[in-house]
Amino acid sequence: MGTNIKFIQGNEIFAEAALYAGVQFFAGYPITPSTEIAEILSEELPKRGDKFIQMEDEISSICAIIGASLTGLKAMTATSGPGFSLMQEAIGYAVMTEVPLVVVNVQRGGPSTGMPTSVAQGDVMQARWGTHGDHSIITLTASNLGQAFRMTVEAFNLAETFRTPVILLFDEVLAHMREKVVIPASGEIEVVKRLRTSVPKGTNYHPYLTREDGRLPMSDFGGIHRYNVTGLVHDMWGFPSTDPKVAYDLLHHLVDKLENQAELLARYKTYYTKDAEILLISYGSSTRSALHRIEARRKRGLKIGLLELQTLWPFPRQTVRRECEGRSHILVVEMDMGQICQEVKKAVSEPDRVFLANRIDGNFISPVDILRALNMIQGKGV
Amino acid sequence: MAVKDYIRQRFFPQIWCAGCGHGIVMGGMVRAIEQLGLEKNEVVLVSGIGCSSRVSGYLDFHTMHTLHGRALAFATGVKLGMPHLKVISPMGDGDALAIGGNHLIHAARRNIDITAIIMNNNIYGMTGGQTSPLTPFGKKGSTAVLGVIEQCFDIAELAKGAGATFVARTTTYHVKEMIKMIRDAIAHKGFSLVEVMSQCPTYYGRKNRGGTAVDMMKEFKEGTAPKGSKKLEEQPGFIERGILVNEARPEYVSSYMDLIEEYQNQRDNSA
Repeated sequence: MGTNIKFIQGNEIFAEAALYAGVQFFAGYPITPSTEIAEILSEELPKRGDKFIQMEDEISSICAIIGASLTGLKAMTATSGPGFSLMQEAIGYAVMTEVPLVVVNVQRGGPSTGMPTSVAQGDVMQARWGTHGDHSIITLTASNLGQAFRMTVEAFNLAETFRTPVILLFDEVLAHMREKVVIPASGEIEVVKRLRTSVPKGTNYHPYLTREDGRLPMSDFGGIHRYNVTGLVHDMWGFPSTDPKVAYDLLHHLVDKLENQAELLARYKTYYTKDAEILLISYGSSTRSALHRIEARRKRGLKIGLLELQTLWPFPRQTVRRECEGRSHILVVEMDMGQICQEVKKAVSEPDRVFLANRIDGNFISPVDILRALNMIQGKGV
Repeated sequence: MAVKDYIRQRFFPQIWCAGCGHGIVMGGMVRAIEQLGLEKNEVVLVSGIGCSSRVSGYLDFHTMHTLHGRALAFATGVKLGMPHLKVISPMGDGDALAIGGNHLIHAARRNIDITAIIMNNNIYGMTGGQTSPLTPFGKKGSTAVLGVIEQCFDIAELAKGAGATFVARTTTYHVKEMIKMIRDAIAHKGFSLVEVMSQCPTYYGRKNRGGTAVDMMKEFKEGTAPKGSKKLEEQPGFIERGILVNEARPEYVSSYMDLIEEYQNQRDNSA
């Protein structure tokens, strides 16, 4: 079989990658600029004997995928800002009940209805803190469609490994652009299967008892083990508890299982960083302009490099700190008012060396925008 | 299997107030399931939030206690995910008709094979007696101390209008009737809804001079009449009890399975 090369749209690649990762259930509600994902899966899933349902809103969409995931199916939904806002309560439920699932948020201009067909990256903090209460969550992104394919498969893998919702924080430019993608052959990227309990029928199964390796084997809801699932603080059987120790341990478990693995979960790329005096940090489609500007400046002899973040949450603090060490300036390139810039400032030893190059007017950030910021921090004026 | 084998006895006594009707409804559900001879592993309970939603924790099935109003949305995922399961949602009136109203009408419209048991006590009990969309006009709650100025829903009419294929109404006084209705609802293929009028003496009763739980149940006995009865004909102000809708229409999950088959036939034909 020859190499499978496609000239393909972003939303198409997200759907294709989800199928590669083994998605079996999609529930969603139409919203620009993510709708194509639902349209494609509405055909592809039933063709494969799997399930698609268009729900009455985004709230019910995420609730339905939680229910389906509990029955043992790999489940996902896709939306954009307003829908993502509606999903927040249930994302917290999935965190609390440790249900694996994937939520694609194709970011558009906000707040509110904002600019539905324009690009933005303003949902970074919402992905982290949108639901109430202390918790942790995994959020991944990508800057080109080949990477987006891999990150989508990765999202399903991490959701299963850590029993957690994973947010794929893409953006309008990535979702609607077309580019060449070499589709990985079957088996080329590892696909993590659900870890199911080996506890036999008739023996007590504890849905929330962590194994020595930190993992929690699942039992398909409706299968041989009956247990309870609740958004209340619960014990290892899944039953509500008001015991302060149970509450303390559960909260620590939910946060520590991801935050303690932040470096293991850190996916990133570095470009021209070895000798770089100036380091750009970017993520998502903004990275494309950052890389373009760097390559142009390099030709003029400027020692400049790029750190591209693919994992946004848990924030790869150690990686960022390490990569920023010894640089004269750090320039964060993003399409919001500095949501990742603030995290970078918190991570580095000299936060006053961290600057922001951004764009928040719905236009895609251009290499010229980045050049202006570079000139400014280098004292060359604007 | 004995009725008590369906119960997680270690969590008793339950949290409901003295005189609350919800325990009677839970008892009715268990007896209906027992009469149908269902295995414990065949049944999934998906509840939302509120007094009624606590039913799920007390029964030894696959149980999910979810978000306020969203039980039917979660249940939809479970049913479509594992179609052989019997999915039952115990709900409250605020849970099902206020915050969850949208999911209720859409589950009914889809005619998905889920059974909603709505315990209608006309008030929010868990939060301390606020009015619900089922608090009748003029009746009192802690958010309407002079009486509510909104019209209330008629659950059965709403469900019927939305396309539910099985709709029934009974009360906690009419236990045998309730068991039979719940049994028929679970056995029905399609979306089924049983409204059980349930007493809340602690809040609704106290705020509206409804008397004790016994007085309130007496009111259920005296203020309701079976569908098609002479009593109802003579006294149209009485609340109608009985199976109000029972019809056959394509069920959602079955239709979805047909869709899968259609795609597979298309593929086979083109191959």
